[in-house]
Amino acid sequence: MRIWLEKQRHLIDFTLASLARRKTKNIGLLLAYTLLVFVLASLTLFTQALRTEATFVLAGSPEVILQRMVAGRHDLIPPGYLDKIGRIRGVQKKEGRLWGYYYDPVLNANYTFMARPADEVADGHIMVGNALARERGLALHNTVSFRSYSGKLFTFEVSGVLSPDSELLSADLVLLSENDFRSFFEYPAGHYTDIALSVANPQEVRTVATKLSSALPDSRPILREEVLRTYQSVFDWREGIILTVLAGAILAFAILAWEKASGLSAEEKREIGILKAIGWETGDVIRMKTWEGLLISLTAFLLGFIAAYVHVFHFGAAVFEPVLKGWSVLYPKFTLVPAVEGLQIATLFFFTVFPYTAAVLVPIWRAAITDPDAVMR
Amino acid sequence: MRPSSVALGVLAVLAGVCLLIFGLFFRLTVEDEQKLTASRALVEKLGLTDLALFTEARYTRHPTQADLHSALQDHPGAFDHFPSGSLLPPPAILTQPHAHLAGKTTSPD
Amino acid sequence: MIELSNIKKAFNQGQPNEYWALHGIDLTVEAGKVTAFRGPSGSGKTTLLTIVGCLSRPTHGRVRFKGEDISGLPERFLTDIRRQSFGFVFQQFNLIRGLSALENVILPAFPTGRPRAELVTAAGELFDQLKLGHRSAAKVEWLSGGEQQRVAIARALINNPEVIIADEPTANLDTALSKEFMAILEGFTAAGKTVLLTSHDPLVVESSAVHRVVGMRDGRLTED
Repeated sequence: MRIWLEKQRHLIDFTLASLARRKTKNIGLLLAYTLLVFVLASLTLFTQALRTEATFVLAGSPEVILQRMVAGRHDLIPPGYLDKIGRIRGVQKKEGRLWGYYYDPVLNANYTFMARPADEVADGHIMVGNALARERGLALHNTVSFRSYSGKLFTFEVSGVLSPDSELLSADLVLLSENDFRSFFEYPAGHYTDIALSVANPQEVRTVATKLSSALPDSRPILREEVLRTYQSVFDWREGIILTVLAGAILAFAILAWEKASGLSAEEKREIGILKAIGWETGDVIRMKTWEGLLISLTAFLLGFIAAYVHVFHFGAAVFEPVLKGWSVLYPKFTLVPAVEGLQIATLFFFTVFPYTAAVLVPIWRAAITDPDAVMR
Repeated sequence: MRPSSVALGVLAVLAGVCLLIFGLFFRLTVEDEQKLTASRALVEKLGLTDLALFTEARYTRHPTQADLHSALQDHPGAFDHFPSGSLLPPPAILTQPHAHLAGKTTSPD
Repeated sequence: MIELSNIKKAFNQGQPNEYWALHGIDLTVEAGKVTAFRGPSGSGKTTLLTIVGCLSRPTHGRVRFKGEDISGLPERFLTDIRRQSFGFVFQQFNLIRGLSALENVILPAFPTGRPRAELVTAAGELFDQLKLGHRSAAKVEWLSGGEQQRVAIARALINNPEVIIADEPTANLDTALSKEFMAILEGFTAAGKTVLLTSHDPLVVESSAVHRVVGMRDGRLTED
């Protein structure tokens, strides 16, 4: 065992001395490789964490949301619609909801306005999401004015700012009383935006949805499981930008490996011949080259992964922010909770370490098995 | 210092840090759990259905509530007009068959 | 110590450019003596040396080393014997560029798993013997011809082999260095090592350090 260990250390010494002869090139290689792993690992960690968090948090959304369609577009829920639903078994609660969008020319941002019961928000007051408050410089008890679509100016006092921990959900929310909502948007009396239903038994939800569609043919039910499924495929690798980044990274990696695998220079062949002539077996040469591949790829993988972890979970994936933010003005500040999926990390490991090590070994295979007498000539 | 010692040492340290990350940090702390539970409670209270990630336009803000029939929304190529269109696939509800909507009504409106 | 029976060696066998370098060599090499092979280029001297030193296998015939038949051994065992019993000094030195003299010298011992400290000490002793002590950390491409040859010799000695094989050792040296080399040869004999070498150089062949001269021509032994 000691001998084996010492022998491996000798092989590593030689490999490192050999790599050190082209220091700049090999350090550049290591850095490029690390960067590649960093980008891929960041992507993996970020999307995995976001999906996990979305799935957990949105598990609290309403079981069924009923929308009404007129000529293929959303329309308001008219008065009496709620009663048409009647008594459907399993439906515990049905509630007409009021919400809509408002475009604020001050920030060029879109806000989501939601009406809340009087015990949460009083008339003349609003509660705002933290990102909104931050961007508009609002604090508790400040007043803010919005110009409604009818041209009138409405002034509200901020009675609460939602928690910064929930920015991912509430970045652009403005909560106001039902009366304020209706007068601000001049919402027709008795109408609602949509209906939220809660169903006690999760197995019953589909049946309830079917009953609703037959009772109200112009309605469209949206189930909670559909909501969750949407967010389970967010940042899916098949999507535009992710696919581009992945393809770019894989291509860069392939170029790296191809450069390694595309044959030995005469100098390298000669050196392998010398090693064999002075007493190294074929196996020793191959082991030495394997160490070369492993040292570089393992270091790059570990460094890249650690950097990706810190980047995603301590710096909130700052590198991806410009892409994610797009043209939004209000972008939530959020730090994700670490969630690992071992399979993805393991896949990344195998796809970075093994191809590179194989690429290093392929060209020397032939040289390593030839007889060393060619060296004498 | 012998080069192989340095190299093996560096690898060992890095591997150790990685193991640390997997062992210690990939777990929910009590604080994290509280935050997540609070967020879920907010979702329940307000009846929220979407993350506020894509606030560029109304139709990117609530992807799960998006229209069923209007292919172009308000603008040609709407979903691709903003980067978010390339990050989020069409919600499952839009790609499923909706045979049940082709049925006859049992009562007139 | 080394017996060659009817050694024949062909290159590119079966192809149109087939070439027989050796046509049946029968030879016995005595232990503890210096044997020189002389002959014009193309006579097969180098080929013979590579076969003796287990760097290649004969096409026909047998090589016996200390009574044991080694020409049919699998690669693993052949390499083992080569490493333990034979030390090579090549005509072109064949040192690995970019590495220091010390690193080059201890290289043949790496597969044995001997501790590095031990190897460095052994190399140090060899450097002292060969008067290279001050150059051990220098990169080999910066060494002079004579220094490089002495590094090559030190490398051949690191595993303490019984047989030293040198191919045209003085071809790249001036008279003074050649004489120094012959003195080193005498040192080998004093230490009980067997030496085989090839040379054109009369300085080598006619030297008193050489005990036996074997002539070769066209892949056959000639009278000497």
